[in-house]
Amino acid sequence: MTEMLIQARGLTKTYGDFVAVDGIDFDVAKGESFGFLGPNGAGKSTTMRIIGATSVRTSGTLTILGKDPEVNGPQIRAHLGVVPQQDNLDNELTVSENIFIYGRYFGLSSSFINKKIPELLEFAQLEEKKDTKVEALSGGMKRRLTIARSLVSEPDILMLDEPTTGLDPQARHILWDRLFRLKEQGVTLLITTHYMDEAEQLCDRLIVMDRGKIMAEDSPAQLIKTYSTKEVLEVRFGSDRNQEMVEVLRPLADRIEVLPDRILLYATDGEQLLEQITAKGIHPNTSLVRRSSLEDVFLRLTGRSLVE
Amino acid sequence: MSTNIRKVSRFGSFHIAEARIRNMAKWSGIILFAAVVNPALYLVSIGIGVGSLVDANNGVNGVSYLTFLAPALLASAAIQGSSDEVIFPVMDGFKWNRTFFGMRSTPITARQISLGVFLAAMFRTVVSVVIYWIVLYFFGALESGTAWLAMPAALLAGAAMGAVMLALAAKIENENFFFTLVGRFVMIPMFLFSGTFYPLTQMPIFLQFFGWISPLWHATELGRYLTYDYPLSGLQLSIHICVLASMIVIGLFLSARIFHKRLEK
Ligand SMILES: Nc1ncnc2c1ncn2[C@@H]1O[C@H](COP(=O)(O)OP(=O)(O)O)[C@@H](O)[C@H]1O
Ligand SMILES: [Mg+2]
Repeated sequence: MTEMLIQARGLTKTYGDFVAVDGIDFDVAKGESFGFLGPNGAGKSTTMRIIGATSVRTSGTLTILGKDPEVNGPQIRAHLGVVPQQDNLDNELTVSENIFIYGRYFGLSSSFINKKIPELLEFAQLEEKKDTKVEALSGGMKRRLTIARSLVSEPDILMLDEPTTGLDPQARHILWDRLFRLKEQGVTLLITTHYMDEAEQLCDRLIVMDRGKIMAEDSPAQLIKTYSTKEVLEVRFGSDRNQEMVEVLRPLADRIEVLPDRILLYATDGEQLLEQITAKGIHPNTSLVRRSSLEDVFLRLTGRSLVE
Repeated sequence: MSTNIRKVSRFGSFHIAEARIRNMAKWSGIILFAAVVNPALYLVSIGIGVGSLVDANNGVNGVSYLTFLAPALLASAAIQGSSDEVIFPVMDGFKWNRTFFGMRSTPITARQISLGVFLAAMFRTVVSVVIYWIVLYFFGALESGTAWLAMPAALLAGAAMGAVMLALAAKIENENFFFTLVGRFVMIPMFLFSGTFYPLTQMPIFLQFFGWISPLWHATELGRYLTYDYPLSGLQLSIHICVLASMIVIGLFLSARIFHKRLEK
């Protein structure tokens, strides 16, 4: 049997009357890369803070590495690497100093940390910046430093809350590559994101969250298989004609979704569907056939887009 | 596993202080410059200027004006140093850079963070007080053989104010409000109404009240008692010490609670 590092049952967090996390259940196995996919406000960060033993759950049970975070907070945190949604590096200190002081908070000896720093700097591709004040780093570099810093204690579980939000595409790809390496090394990863491509790239298994609840749970491929068709045909008729075309197109596709600027037609073979449509004398302004993604899964489950 | 949770539970606040002191080291030039220039300015303008007038009238309490003033200046420098060194890190830690949230995601506890910030502020206060004392010494403000005892009295004031400010800065989340409150309604009135420049008893009784709740006054009284034969009864002496000690204990206790609450979110 695989070893479960995290087990949550009926996990709930309320702020006053507001339910931020609403009775969620999940298990994370050792070596797994587990994702929380959901839009802003879904309750991802709240869940991460509870797992990170910094926020106290309102109800439910939670076991992390066999312990209850409410009772054994410091003992659990000793084994976690945390990359929060908002960076909290010390801007006045240099890159190396930031890693050093963070290592000290885990009770690590100076000699251990100093041996570890070059290795972490290499991993984060920050060797040349080691004596630079954090203030002067780009957003992507700060993010990589935060990840490097979280690895100084050789954590059993690495938790990343929206690791690439706010980064440009190039910085995102560098980061994904780094995270991929960790995954290959067998580090257990917990990742939250509202980017479906990020979830598809990095997660072995994920839960789709919305308004504090779990909408679905599976591997990215299986989620797409279960909740969507193989392909999607996207057509545009111009904003005033989209609505009138919906009724004409509805019988032709397995499923249809209307977005403000385009219509999504779900089918096993998108090209074939497009041919059918044109054969009927319907000519969209633009058309595009693509594979289904987690975005389509989310749309199906909630009727809304991931990124508004 | 090299993570040492027992070491952290014992020495966590020292690790926080270590990080704070590394941070301060980046400002050491400014800190040291201020530590020397501030006392020099005060001594030249008030100590010597006003002092020559006062001393022409036989001084205060039978000692020179500089001797009278020195313990008060030293204590007020301690208070200024410790306040600065808790207020800015607290704003930074909770809000500006959110560094406390980073510390909190390690085995470190909220109480250790608050205590660590306090310890680092005390480190800076010791440095400032020693430098200030040396400047005072060279200006001839410290004549008696027990003059060095003004330092522990000042440190006590710094610790008391530092602990109270730590709790207050953590409690008040709106920094504009905090700075207005502290700057206009705490620091300046305290400096003016704590028997700093003349004995508190020269003031009408309703203004003496400011002195009674001011760590500066309590420490100044102690400092004067310790540096020249300024008369204090055993009861007065123990009140001064008790007030300052209670401020430290209560301030640190409340800080730990406020830190815990704010970091739990
Ligand atoms: N400390 C807090 N106090 C009150 N409400 C909060 C607090 N933290 C989060 N929330 C609310 O809980 C909901 C979930 O937030 P969060 O977990 O940050 O979502 P996500 O990370 O998925 O965007 C949001 O509506 C947010 O406003
Ligand atoms: Mg979030």
